[in-house]
Amino acid sequence: MKEIDYEQIPILKIGDFLVTSIQIPLHDKLAVKFQQDLLQKIEKTKAKGLIVDITAIDVVDSFITRILVEIAKMAGLMGVKTVLVGLRPEIAITLVEFGMELGGIKTALDLESALSLLRRCVDEADGSDG
Amino acid sequence: MKLMGDEKVVQVKSEYDIVVARSVVRAIAKDMGFGLVDQTRIATAVSELARNIVMHAGEGVILVREILKGETWGIEILAIDNGPGISDIKLALSDGYSTKGSLGVGLGGAKRLMDEFEMESAPGQGTTIRVRKWLPK
Repeated sequence: MKEIDYEQIPILKIGDFLVTSIQIPLHDKLAVKFQQDLLQKIEKTKAKGLIVDITAIDVVDSFITRILVEIAKMAGLMGVKTVLVGLRPEIAITLVEFGMELGGIKTALDLESALSLLRRCVDEADGSDG
Repeated sequence: MKLMGDEKVVQVKSEYDIVVARSVVRAIAKDMGFGLVDQTRIATAVSELARNIVMHAGEGVILVREILKGETWGIEILAIDNGPGISDIKLALSDGYSTKGSLGVGLGGAKRLMDEFEMESAPGQGTTIRVRKWLPK
């Protein structure tokens, strides 16, 4: 009998963008699977932007940071801009004191500003193409 | 320095235990009256200590207890393993140093998030890291 995979992070599509919210603690295996799922979804949907919500993450350590930076880099290689949302004040303080770099990932305060940020990015890119 | 109350021990054998270790420590820090930012600093430091155990030693323990120095309360966390040990502690704490292909800011970052950080290690003799955070009055 096939085991049901409870450990899955949903990836939703809204317009040209994908939205995902990490609500369970990431570990190595899950992180790798999540990265693969995301890239496949990007390919399938031809999304232009990706929003990753980390409101439910209470600790952003060096491991999670690495995973997030990797996601943004991989998505970037597929032509997709990544915006991180839901970075809480205590997380921001800890990240800076710790000395962790988010490798230039764009961040936004909430989903709405993330969407408008992505729209601007995509419009600019489209404009420079034509 | 007085030890107050019981100590809690979390066995760390796999990366799943990292989440357990930081949750246990965070709950204790919260009960002691640490604010949200300090709780997050402490939980993040514990996450790095526990990950260090899993990555370099395979298994070990995280031990957490309340301490009292004069009239100041604090939380003390020990990360103990019997792994291969670290020959150059200064190097291990420097940013950008990693033997396992991780981000290489783990232990140095943990040190910056806590008030006190001590590390004892020698090749073949395991590693013990002790961190402390004092409760603001």
